[in-house]
Amino acid sequence: MANPLRGEVFRLYKNLLYLGREYPKGAAYFRERLKSAFMKNKDETDPEKIRALVAKGDFVIHELQALYYLRKYRAMKKRYYEE
Amino acid sequence: MSKKKSFLAIELQIRVKPDHSGVVTDGVKHSMNPFCEIAVEEAVKLKEKKLMKEVVVVSCGPQQSQETIRTALAMGADRGIHVEVSGKDYETLGPLQVSKILAALAKKEDAQLIILGKQAIDDDCNQTGQMTAALLDWPQGTFASEVSLEKDGIKVVREIDGGLETIKISTPAVLTADLRLNTPRYATLPNIMKAKKKKIANVKPADLGVDLTSRLEVLRVDEPPQRQAGMKVETVDDLVSKLKDAGKV
Repeated sequence: MANPLRGEVFRLYKNLLYLGREYPKGAAYFRERLKSAFMKNKDETDPEKIRALVAKGDFVIHELQALYYLRKYRAMKKRYYEE
Repeated sequence: MSKKKSFLAIELQIRVKPDHSGVVTDGVKHSMNPFCEIAVEEAVKLKEKKLMKEVVVVSCGPQQSQETIRTALAMGADRGIHVEVSGKDYETLGPLQVSKILAALAKKEDAQLIILGKQAIDDDCNQTGQMTAALLDWPQGTFASEVSLEKDGIKVVREIDGGLETIKISTPAVLTADLRLNTPRYATLPNIMKAKKKKIANVKPADLGVDLTSRLEVLRVDEPPQRQAGMKVETVDDLVSKLKDAGKV
């Protein structure tokens, strides 16, 4: 498994783990789902498929960042700006 | 140069201390003031557009403030300055003291632009930016929702009560960031690792020649009153009689 993609997968996992700390449903919930999602694909060997899965993971990262940003923006807007 | 304060994270519920002297802060998650995040993001964007050379972030407070500085460094700032203020001084640290500190630092670092968040979410003072500009005798662009650097100055679009106002100010200047200035980036793990190598200088207010005595004293802190349950009435006459009973009519 001395695959260059191995580094990418680890990087993705660490990033997701870091972002999951603030997940609204709880960090433990997020970590469980993250681990099972990664474990499900652990026997994948085709580099194309691995790359596609990593891209999906990156997409999830962007979604999480958007979720956190919106949550904060909405809290601020509600508090400070009267509609 | 941009300034941020660390606070109780905005999405959390806050509880008042039993002796009504303040708000419970032990063990509660702290994070950067959201308006300050927007300020840091704007500073980093200006640097990325090559319009500014260096972004220095400043935070005044106890040791925990260093974490907020690290987050800002992870967002792209180059250097951090931690002005160490702890204990009693920190509880009474208000906009006047912070603006004196910022003014002293701006002169020392020869800053061209100071960007702050428009107000802090703990005290909602909305004074630090304005006071800093007054102390330095610099022009100010407050409530900025759009900033563009031009050859002879800075064009700022401000959000005011009646709508938007566009002004042009000369540098050096002070800007305060409003909610819609930009979308702050998330500090990702690789950037946080890189930020560990960036420098954070430690400074004491006494070194800057700033006196921190407060002119204000907090007398009491209370929670907002509980909302009373509303009452439903069937007809207008009912409503009138209920109002009469309550002595309001």
